Amino acid sequence: MDYFLHELWISRFALAEGFLRTIEISALSITLGTLAGLLIGIALTYGRLPLRLVSRAYVDIIRGTPVLVLVLACFYMPSVFRVSLEALTAGVLALTLFCAAHMAEILRGALAAIPPGQTEAARSIGLTFPKILAYVLLPQALRAILPTWINTGAELVKASTLVSIIGVGELLLKTQEIVGRNFLTLDFYLVAGLLYLIVNYSIERLGKTIERRVTQP
Amino acid sequence: MGYTLHFGVVWASFDRLLSGLALGLGLGLAAVAIGAVIGLAAGFASVGPSPFWRRAAGLYVTVFRNLPILVIVLVVYFGLPQWGIRLDKVESFVASLAVYAGAYLTEVFRAGLLAVPKGVIEAGRAIGLTRLQTNAYVVAPIMVRNALPALGTTFISLFKDSSIAAVIAIPELTFEARKINVESFRVIETWTVVSLLYVSTCLSIAALLRALERRFPKF
Repeated sequence: MDYFLHELWISRFALAEGFLRTIEISALSITLGTLAGLLIGIALTYGRLPLRLVSRAYVDIIRGTPVLVLVLACFYMPSVFRVSLEALTAGVLALTLFCAAHMAEILRGALAAIPPGQTEAARSIGLTFPKILAYVLLPQALRAILPTWINTGAELVKASTLVSIIGVGELLLKTQEIVGRNFLTLDFYLVAGLLYLIVNYSIERLGKTIERRVTQP
Repeated sequence: MGYTLHFGVVWASFDRLLSGLALGLGLGLAAVAIGAVIGLAAGFASVGPSPFWRRAAGLYVTVFRNLPILVIVLVVYFGLPQWGIRLDKVESFVASLAVYAGAYLTEVFRAGLLAVPKGVIEAGRAIGLTRLQTNAYVVAPIMVRNALPALGTTFISLFKDSSIAAVIAIPELTFEARKINVESFRVIETWTVVSLLYVSTCLSIAALLRALERRFPKF
């Protein structure tokens, strides 16, 4: 036990660095992925047929592919075209693609759930489509997807462990490096697990609180 | 940009990819089967009368739903031998995936249980079935039917998670793909084919499940 605490103390900076990297990767990819996902979601619901087909194909392909495959593909594929992505960039790209596809599908569901009478009413009072979207549809849809969106955050934190495989020094890779040095395998994996648990549990609680607040009676 | 696509290498090892795919499906299926048993037990516990078991089920769900699957896999495969629990690659992966799946399925079955109409349970008790019999013959069939769509979604996502088995060198689809890449450097072709294999399998499972749901109409 003393040995473990000693080793934990020695590796505190490595763990902190990995932890921050994990948060950074997750925050970056959820921001970019959400922005892209909202656009794709709108295209998926209201786009013209070719656009709708393309975005449907994107969403289905990304959602049908394991995140690990996305990560590996984003890391290895660009090099063929003489574009060398850093591991971190490739990892964030993969997670962003993943997040965007999920957001698009969630937003499509929320938009489809809004009664068509509202769009008709908005059009009959003379609003153009961008205005209908901005003032009528999106406010309701975004409110409806808020709890799910927060849970996507927890999914992304979990998925961010996969970028350790292409060598991004996030929490899990840092933990593996520490384990490689002191062989306290179980102990340090449990430490990493506990950190992930704390982050994701907080996100889950936040989601539940917000769900209670935004649920319309 | 003078890159010409060359799928020959991929087709030459296509049988390896297919056997990897089959292994992945097998891993997912085994995990969902064991996970369903865990989920059933924990699901009944989470709506049951005993506050202790309700808490325990809640804790299990919170912990395993919030842990990354990769961390669970690494703990079970590399960490547990420290406590004398040695499993081989496939066993340890199935065990990890099963406890992970169990947490999701607990919630699925819990929701399914809560959706069973009270009157049906009372009717079961009224005709003289014991509590256990009511649960087994009346509640469970309705609940499983209610849970079928979510059960299917969980299976699809477990099948995708089986790609993580590549990390502990189980020769499933992703592992085989990486091997082909290393041998041939045909990364574009390999990842395209692999991704399409995953996507088409997921879509087929989804279609199969929809057919199954139509076959058994909702209660």
